[in-house]
Amino acid sequence: MANKASFRSSLSHANTEAVAQGRAVVQIQRSSRVRWRVRLEEKVARFVLFLCASLGVVTTFAIVFILISESLGFFKQVPLKEFLTGTHWAPLFRPQAFGVLPLVTGTLLTTLIAIAVAAPVGLIVAIYLSEYASPRLRRVIKPILEVLAGIPTVVYGYFALLFVTPLLQRFIPGLEGFNALSAGLVMGIMILPTVASLSEDALYAVPNSLRYASLALGATRLQTTFGVVVPTAMSGISAAFLLGISRAVGETMIVAIAAGQQPNFTFNPLRAVETMTTYIVQIAMGDVPHGTLEYSTIFAVGLLLFLITLALNLISNAFRARYKGARL
Amino acid sequence: MSVAMVHAVRWRARERRREVIFQIVGAAMVLFAMTMLTVLLAKILLDGYARLGISFLTEYASRRPEQAGIKAALVGSFYLMLLTAALAVPIGVGAAIYLEEFARRNWWTRLIEINITNLAGVPSVIYGLLGLQVFVRTLMMERSLLAGACTMALLALPVIITAAREGLRAVPRSLREGSLALGATQWQTVRYAVLPVAMPSILTGIILSMSRVVGETAPLLVVGAFAYIASLPNSVLSPFTVLPVQIYDWIARPQHGFHQNAAAAIIVLLALLLTMNALAIYLRNRLQVRL
Repeated sequence: MANKASFRSSLSHANTEAVAQGRAVVQIQRSSRVRWRVRLEEKVARFVLFLCASLGVVTTFAIVFILISESLGFFKQVPLKEFLTGTHWAPLFRPQAFGVLPLVTGTLLTTLIAIAVAAPVGLIVAIYLSEYASPRLRRVIKPILEVLAGIPTVVYGYFALLFVTPLLQRFIPGLEGFNALSAGLVMGIMILPTVASLSEDALYAVPNSLRYASLALGATRLQTTFGVVVPTAMSGISAAFLLGISRAVGETMIVAIAAGQQPNFTFNPLRAVETMTTYIVQIAMGDVPHGTLEYSTIFAVGLLLFLITLALNLISNAFRARYKGARL
Repeated sequence: MSVAMVHAVRWRARERRREVIFQIVGAAMVLFAMTMLTVLLAKILLDGYARLGISFLTEYASRRPEQAGIKAALVGSFYLMLLTAALAVPIGVGAAIYLEEFARRNWWTRLIEINITNLAGVPSVIYGLLGLQVFVRTLMMERSLLAGACTMALLALPVIITAAREGLRAVPRSLREGSLALGATQWQTVRYAVLPVAMPSILTGIILSMSRVVGETAPLLVVGAFAYIASLPNSVLSPFTVLPVQIYDWIARPQHGFHQNAAAAIIVLLALLLTMNALAIYLRNRLQVRL
């Protein structure tokens, strides 16, 4: 009886053991399946994220490819030399003329006016904020600059055309209704926050030990600022200026609204000019049929614009990398 | 008094004078920026407030300025923003996660990073040309909401990626190490430990990038947003208009009545942007996890 019982118990024991073993096997199988799924998920996630990140490269190549392939047709019919040195731009009139210089000078003129406003004002604001202003004043001014930076450019265009131009016309009799001057001035206000905040970053990065050393030698605060701090931050300040110029070159709405749409080959800020960006918008909005020579002009102008801003941005980044890399 | 002392006194007086002059100049420049902002806002408010009203928000564009409204533009802007966000946010955040959490330091990663920096500096009108050729022509989306949103998504990507990377970078290493030590894989760590913590600042970046999308005009003019739309878009392939395009169209007209409309529409646009920015700041303060 006892034997039988022990036998039974040992049997049941063996039984549970077998069941447990079975369960363990199932669990191992299941966990290996889970592990396999986790590993798959990991691989898929990594791959999808990689694709997301690579889209930026695809975009750049797409931009370059489209600008070049679409302007090839243009440059087959118009020699590069005529495009780059001609001073008359009239693709929509007969006889046609394809000299891009009026668009380039229009862009240059508005950009120069803009940077003439934004560089000194932006730098002085940056110096004032970083070297002079109390923390409380900074807390007031910084958001104001951010608001200025966040205003859509079409709003600045409205301001330039319907406020600045009529205002200036009171003092400058020869000022045309569309002119490079007010577009440039307002564009200067638009890029002011960019120039000011990037310059301030550069000034802020100058270590205090340099300031103390200069002050300890008996220099005044102003002498310290302009003799030590600003020269040290110069590469960062240059980067800020270049980025401001690049933004002014690529800016569209202010100039399209306030500077006019006539490609005059002039450096007279009182006259109407057409920038490269304005021309692109003007033609793309119009009813020029796709595939014609007139249509391909916007891609040739776009290519030139892209190359100019790319060069400016690359130099700006190089400057910025230099001040970020410099250990003082 | 010796000559040297006289010189020293004069020198000090001169330097002090210069110091005061610079302080005045600096304050004047700051005042200049503040004045410009005030004048700009005042001009727009004065020009536009008379046109504001319910009917201005619920009417379509019209030949007669006093009957015109911004219904199509407002709804178009809203749809464009949603669609752009739906396209750009997953890709942008994904790219940021890859670059911050997965990427090895190799030439491809460096290329991607240089690319994103440079794409942020490409003029927006160039994105318009890209959209025109790729989405409108090659993919035959025509001048539709979808084509506009795809273009704006490419434009917004660098901004979203940069913001999301900053958000991820602010998450402390210890959190990642803790998760990995418990046996989580890298993706599980990102998904369950890093992303939830980084979410508020990523969200803030997304809203700020969307406020840029709402204010952008030039690429949409190139891709072909029409100013005259007398119906709301009923599919992603409908033609569309947005607030800045409507504003540009009204500014470009000679009649004073349309200029008033433009100013009123600008007030609506600025109010919209202000709301979005306030929301971003609110979210940043509200959802920030203290670690």
